[in-house]
Order: sequence, then structure tokens, then C-alpha cells
Amino acid sequence: MLETYLRKRLEKKNILLMTHIVLGYPSFEDCFRIIQAMVAAGVDLMELQIPFSEPIADGSVILHANQKALANGVTIQGCLDFVQKVTHAFDIPFLIMSYYNIFFRYGVRDFVSAMSQRGLQGAIIPDLPPEEGKDYFNAMREHKLAPIFIYSPTTPDQRMKYIASFARGFIYCVARKGVTGKTTSFSGALTKYLARCRKATNLPLALGFGVKEKADIDYLEGKADIAVVGTQTIRIMENEGIASVGDFILNLR
Amino acid sequence: MINRGYYGKFGGAFMPEILTATVDELVKAFEAAKNDPSFWKEYMYIMSTYSCRPTPITFAENLTRHFGGARIYIKREDLNHTGAHKVNNVMGQGLLVKRMGKTRVIAETGAGQHGVATATMAAKYGFKCTIYMGEVDVARQRPNVFWMERLGAEVVPVRKGTRILKDAINEAFRDWVTSMDDTHYVLGTACGPHPFPEMVSYFQSIIGKEARRQILEQKGKLPVRVYACVGGGSNAMGIFSGFFNDPVELVGVEAGGKGLDSGRHAARLASKKGSVGVAQGYKTYFLQDSDGQMKETYSVAAGLDYVGVSPILASLREEGRIRFEATTDREVLDAFSLTIEKEGLVPALESAHAFAQAFKEISDLSKDDIVLINQSGRGDKDIFTIADAFADQNWRKFIKKKAEEYRA
Repeated sequence: MLETYLRKRLEKKNILLMTHIVLGYPSFEDCFRIIQAMVAAGVDLMELQIPFSEPIADGSVILHANQKALANGVTIQGCLDFVQKVTHAFDIPFLIMSYYNIFFRYGVRDFVSAMSQRGLQGAIIPDLPPEEGKDYFNAMREHKLAPIFIYSPTTPDQRMKYIASFARGFIYCVARKGVTGKTTSFSGALTKYLARCRKATNLPLALGFGVKEKADIDYLEGKADIAVVGTQTIRIMENEGIASVGDFILNLR
Repeated sequence: MINRGYYGKFGGAFMPEILTATVDELVKAFEAAKNDPSFWKEYMYIMSTYSCRPTPITFAENLTRHFGGARIYIKREDLNHTGAHKVNNVMGQGLLVKRMGKTRVIAETGAGQHGVATATMAAKYGFKCTIYMGEVDVARQRPNVFWMERLGAEVVPVRKGTRILKDAINEAFRDWVTSMDDTHYVLGTACGPHPFPEMVSYFQSIIGKEARRQILEQKGKLPVRVYACVGGGSNAMGIFSGFFNDPVELVGVEAGGKGLDSGRHAARLASKKGSVGVAQGYKTYFLQDSDGQMKETYSVAAGLDYVGVSPILASLREEGRIRFEATTDREVLDAFSLTIEKEGLVPALESAHAFAQAFKEISDLSKDDIVLINQSGRGDKDIFTIADAFADQNWRKFIKKKAEEYRA
């Protein structure tokens, strides 16, 4: 179970690190090398994004990666085949991140079952609020996978509790308004927000959107359980090459 | 959110969590306005003094004679201020923005009609305004880009994705998830997450209310058929809603582009190529591949060149209440020519789809029957596209001369 794994890991580390890649960008071979480097650098868990043509929650860097992957001919079957190799090769939890239409078109139950067969541990769907997710979380429960739901700074306390009642594994707290890849201010308002999240749920808290350097992660220690680095690793890879990704991760802690 | 806006199995609200509170606030403001009789009064006042409501219905005598079938009446949404039905929705949402105390509006636009209407409303009400428009549409609807900028709006060309309407909607959402504290997203069609399909249809219902009353006053009977073009579906929802409870056949006309077998069209409901999916905040029929990736759409009319369709229309099709057809670019241009020559009316290329379908079927009807066509907008904006389609030599000469002048 994802939560048990996270708790155990948190006994040894003050804060865990989750990273993100877009499957098939720049290529599956490169993705494998990036994952290898990330795992070697001590990443605790990873989200693997299945590209979608309309990623409305993503900013320009991840949007571009989605479009490039699709233009390269990446398919869902290709992603699932790749994921199978990854979960066999590496001993950390992997989650699927994608938009709901990917699940819906495949068939929600079938997709969840395919995830389970390939050793995935959960999923994050940014455009699926719990109100629309009945089929999804029933299927996830059946396969003992973690549906990760999202808090935002605009989510009222009561709604946080409501969302928590469907969530397993951890809660993904979005640090601010806006899309992925923009600057986040690591300041008092964020601390207050995370305290509000903590009060609403007993699940571990992940904090993502705009986390890009060691200082950000240091700031989050003691306030969140998992720091999520997404866009920044794609930027590093694009600007400095795949070989730099491992060092970048190592220097985060 | 209690009511998530389902129509049969279509609709819903599939949005990032960050927008939930904003959309809840919008639902509340919209419900309060609907229950406040002074709101509709204020809306009617602005529409009759600032736009041109009620817009008339016109008897197309020459076209009627030409086809020798049913009597053709045309609802003249082209006579609205800004030249299309879009202003009906925009002024309504503008009043809501005032009620909510926001100071900035954003919108997507395809043909540019919704962008111009939103920029106009923003100018009148003193809002800041940003319009997202696909790069392809910026190029083919240049006159509207010009007017939006003159009206003080910032026009942002969207270079991502397929660079048309759906991509402009994505970018508007990306702006909104950042700016919602002071910004309202004036979605232009009866799509997107709840409450937009309901809200846009509510404001557009003024078309159908007027049209039904007008045809009964003038002819003492209802039309047998009503035709409207369908992009997102707002003008169709507007005129059809006046006849939902009547024995009137409703015909929605989608963009057949280069033909349904060419793969270059935007027929989500009229072709067998559409399938149910979830994108842009709602569930409906989309043109998508088996993985759920949205396909590129195509139409000569930018306003119909859209991958999804109103969830309300999708549901009404399933119920069999609305028939959907598609007409090709070629048929549309022919219908456009015939209408301008016979009646002196200049329909937008979007609206000309409704004319084209009506013309195909009209001879089968009795002379005693009436059909009603919604002319959702006027064609001035299409001057470049139409000039190209007809290879207008004088226009080409003029543009070349103008270009020389600018080069000097």
C-alpha cells in the first residue's frame, strides 16, 4: 500500500521527493534513462504522465512535452508497455498522471485493471473532481490502488475533508493558483495553507507546482511530507541534457 | 457543487480543483440573477437600447420563389450590435461580472465574433479584456482582430496545439486558473463545465422566444422546421429552445468541411466519427482517436471549427429531438452566393451552413409550410475568405495595391 510505504520512508527522511516525467518525451529510451538517474539519485516515488492533447492544468513546458510526445506517435498501449518495464526494473512506487479522457476512453475499470497488472500504485487526474469520480475510485479500491486527489489554496476547509474521504495514499496540494511551471512564493501564506491541509486529513501531504530548488524543499520540511518536482526536471533535461538530471536531483537534498 | 449540470449523460464539471470555488461563486451569482426579475429587465433594456433587439424575422420572398417549396423566413441575428448572436450571451455575462465585482474579462474566440462582442462589452462596462484566439483563426479572421484591438482588448494568438478554437479555450482556462480573483471567463458557447452550457443557453434563449412570437404574429402558425448552424451550439440552443415544446422539427447543421469521408470536417453529431469523451471541462461527443486524443478539425467557417459540441445538444440528439446534418464548404459557398444575390443578405459563413442545409431540403416541403433559418451573424468578417473562395480579381488587385502603399 502506498501510504504504508510513504510512512516507512518518512521514518528515515524528513521529506520525500516525487518527480514527474511525460511518457515518450523526448523518447521512451530517454525516459528510461531519466528514471534510472532519478531512482539512483534517491527519488522516493514518481508520477508518469500519459500525454493528452488538451492538458489544461499544465503550463507551457509540460504542455509542449505532451504535444511533442503525441507528435512522435506515443500511444496509450506504448505507455503501458513501457510502464511494465519500469515497474519491473525499479523498486519505488510509480503513479500514473493523466487527464480523465485517457481513462474514460479506455474504459475506467479496464484502465485501472491495466494499471494494477503493471504494478502501478496509484493515479493523479487533475481534471477529475471526486463528484465525477465514482467509477474511478470504486475501481481503484477494488485493485487496492491509491486515487490521489488534489487540494488547492481556494479549497474551503469543509471541501478538503470531503475530498479526503475519497483519497488514498496521499493528498496532492497545489501550492498556488495557475498552471504548472510558474514561480511559487515559499512564504507565510503557503505555511498557513499547508497547516489548513494538515488539519483536514491524516494522509501524507505532497506539495507541488513551482518547486524547483533546494531552498524550496528545505522550506517545506516539517510542513509537507513530499515535495513534487515536475517542470524543473524537464527544463534541466531540455537545457543541460539528460546527464544533468541525476545531479540536479542529488543537489535538491 | 450540488447541481453539476448533467443533460442525460452529457455535461458535468471536469475541472482542476483550483477553479471549483470560482465556478461555485459563478453558479451562485447566476442563480441569484435568474431569480431576480430586475436582472432580466436590465438585460432586456440593454439588449434593446445597445444592441438591436428584438431582431426581426425577414421573409425571403425571392429564395422562396426560387425553390418553389416552403416559405423561408430568416431570423436576423446579424442585425445585432457587433454583427452576431454572440452579444446576447456576452452582455448577459457582463451584467453578472458587474454583480460579482470583477474587473477583468477573458474570452476565447474562433471566428472572432465572440471576441469582438466581449471586447465591446468590456469597453462599455470598463473592464480590462484579453482575448485568446488560435493563430490559424487570427490569420483568417483578421478584420475581427483589428476591431478587438481598436476596442482596447489584448488579442493573444495561441500557437499551441491545433491553433484553433479548442486551443484558445485551453489557454483561456490557463489564464483563468491564475486570475480568477478579479477575472471572469466569458465562455462564448454552450459548452465547457457547468454552469456555462446552461448560462449561455439562458441568455441565447432570447432568440427563440422572439422568433416564436414573431412568426405566430405574422403568419399565425409555427414553422415546420427550424435550421441553425452548430459550432459549439449557442445560436442553435438559442433559437431551438423557443420551439422545444412545439411540433417543430429542429435541424442542427455542422461543418462538413471537405466532406465527411475526407477526415477534414467538424461533424461531431452528424457523422459517425464522433464519440463520447471528456475534455475542456465537460462530457460530450468529440472528434477523437481511440486513445482519446482530440483530432484536428476543419471548416471554412472558423466559428464551426471545433472539436466538441454543447452537451445539451448531444443529449437532445440522443433523445431524437434534434436532427443533425453536415454541409460541405462548397455547398456553403453556393448557398452564400445564392442568398446574397437573391435577397441582398450577407450571412456569415457559419450561418450559411444552416442556409445550405435548408436549401437542400426545401423543395420537398409544401408551399403552405414555413421554415425558419437562423442567420446567426453577418459575413463582413469573412471578406478575405470569401474573396479567395470566389477568386475575386478586383479584390486581389485592391489588396496588392494596398500592400504596395504600405511597403512605400
